[in-house]
Amino acid sequence: MSASVNTHRIRSKGHYRLLNVLSQAGSILLGILLAIWSLTPIYNMWTIALNSHEAIFSGELYPESPTLHSFWVVVTQDFWYLERFWHQFGNSFIVGLMVTFLTLSIGSLASFTVGRMRLRHGWMLTNAALMTYVIPASFLAIPIYRIMGIYGLGNHLSSVILALTTFATPYAIFIFSQYGKSIPMELDESARIDGANPLHIYLRIYLPLMAPALVAVGTYALLLAWNEYLYNFLLLSTPQSMTVAVALAQFLNSDESPWNYMMATAIIYSVPPIVLYYGFRHNMTAGLTMGGVKG
Amino acid sequence: MSGTQQAIAAGRTFAPARPARRGLFGGLHGADFAWAIAFALPYAVIFFAFVVYPIAFGLWMGSDLSLYRDLYSDPRYLTTVINTLVYVGVGVNVKMFVGFMLSGYFMNKSWWTKALLVIFILPWATPALPAYMSIHWFLNGQWGMLNSAIYSLFGVDGPIYLNDHWSGLFCNIGAYIWKTLPFWTVILLAGRMAIPQELYEAAAVDGANGPSRFVHITLPMMANLYLVCTLLDMVFALGDFNSTFFVSGGGPAMSTEVLATLGIRYAFTLALPNLGVAAVMSALPLLVPLVILLMRKLRMSEGQL
Repeated sequence: MSASVNTHRIRSKGHYRLLNVLSQAGSILLGILLAIWSLTPIYNMWTIALNSHEAIFSGELYPESPTLHSFWVVVTQDFWYLERFWHQFGNSFIVGLMVTFLTLSIGSLASFTVGRMRLRHGWMLTNAALMTYVIPASFLAIPIYRIMGIYGLGNHLSSVILALTTFATPYAIFIFSQYGKSIPMELDESARIDGANPLHIYLRIYLPLMAPALVAVGTYALLLAWNEYLYNFLLLSTPQSMTVAVALAQFLNSDESPWNYMMATAIIYSVPPIVLYYGFRHNMTAGLTMGGVKG
Repeated sequence: MSGTQQAIAAGRTFAPARPARRGLFGGLHGADFAWAIAFALPYAVIFFAFVVYPIAFGLWMGSDLSLYRDLYSDPRYLTTVINTLVYVGVGVNVKMFVGFMLSGYFMNKSWWTKALLVIFILPWATPALPAYMSIHWFLNGQWGMLNSAIYSLFGVDGPIYLNDHWSGLFCNIGAYIWKTLPFWTVILLAGRMAIPQELYEAAAVDGANGPSRFVHITLPMMANLYLVCTLLDMVFALGDFNSTFFVSGGGPAMSTEVLATLGIRYAFTLALPNLGVAAVMSALPLLVPLVILLMRKLRMSEGQL
């Protein structure tokens, strides 16, 4: 009796070990597949950028004689689509920083009113933000394009800044309202007793304590603005006003496009957001989650 | 930030502030009231100038009913509607299911799954435009890397992926999945990590095996988050412009367009802005229920706090 139990136990142990080895092997195999799936388009980008123009059309799986020529062309603005590359790079930075600044200030002010000042009907503000968040930005593109013309902002960076701020602020309001609940109201009350007005409380208590949420949302807004294409494309059309995203897509206008220059531009354009993303990955888990979002 | 992360993971985002507890600025008199209005004003201005006004403007532009007759008589429009439904229905659900499975895979905390997660997130960290351009060229029938690889492995020419309605459409969907899968996997992973470990321990003590713990703990705990993520991504997929525009370019012969790109195409390539708005507005029967459901879901989840 006891012997049979023993052999059974031993067999099941061996069985278990086999299963364990099999599942280990399976998960390593899956891991390799996932890595290939994730990296292939990125690898493709580098292969093209490192090739000479002729080599692209020979369909190589890796650059046989890699050259940094394409990157040099982009950096020295030595191609007619890229004549104002650094200027456009600057435009992208201006748009990104302005959207970040406006999103943080407008969002934190609004959530301060709703969450800390208990403005009656303040919930309407939250609902407005919630509705904006769940309307696809691309669906409003045509009317917003027309309206920017009416406002007289056509072809001006501020049109893109305002449009993107509109789409980034709702997320800011939610994260701020959520995070603000962890800050005790007693702080506001004691400051109040000491004679502080709401502006003091906002600047001296609310904002400093909200720092982690500000970092998360700021990163989100900066990435959203830098990566956005549709509004940049519709609202900015001269080489002077364009951002890098629009300049990059210009390469698609002609069939003769030098794809190696295009991919080199694409890689240079991707570096700031990727660095920012990985740099702030851990502080912006919130920004990463519900956010990233919208285009 | 992990508190916020867990709050989001538990599906408790977007909880608006609770109805006024008569607190500090309770009644809000005089100066306080003025401050509150001043603080709320910037967002109100942005909202009216760039959300309410465009919506009203769009409704006005698309208010002529004959536009919808024009739309309906355009065969490209009907193809577009089918494409959009396939794009949203298949793309989102396949991705969410795979993401849910992968979130279980990434629960494994060995050093190499952690390293893999860093690589796996790269598509999400890469801006959409370069990524989709690269995929477009990767799929090029003549010079693309995919067909080069097929040729050097098997000695045969691969298909011309972007030259056919269905394969083009599925390439767009695949590209969209490639780009957004990491994002949703990470959210679902955060959701799984927020499930209290005690539940699993208690179940194990009661003799529940792996599969039954999955069915009776993981699934019910994740159901709400999974639903919210699916609905939210349906809205995002419905509005996704970049994947279609850059991977297949809407071609061949505008057969892979979705509503988001068709509207822009009508308005800016064919100079028919009203028809473009009408095309977008024809998505309202799908969008409005989604928006209402989402707003309810996201607001209701406040109750759990």
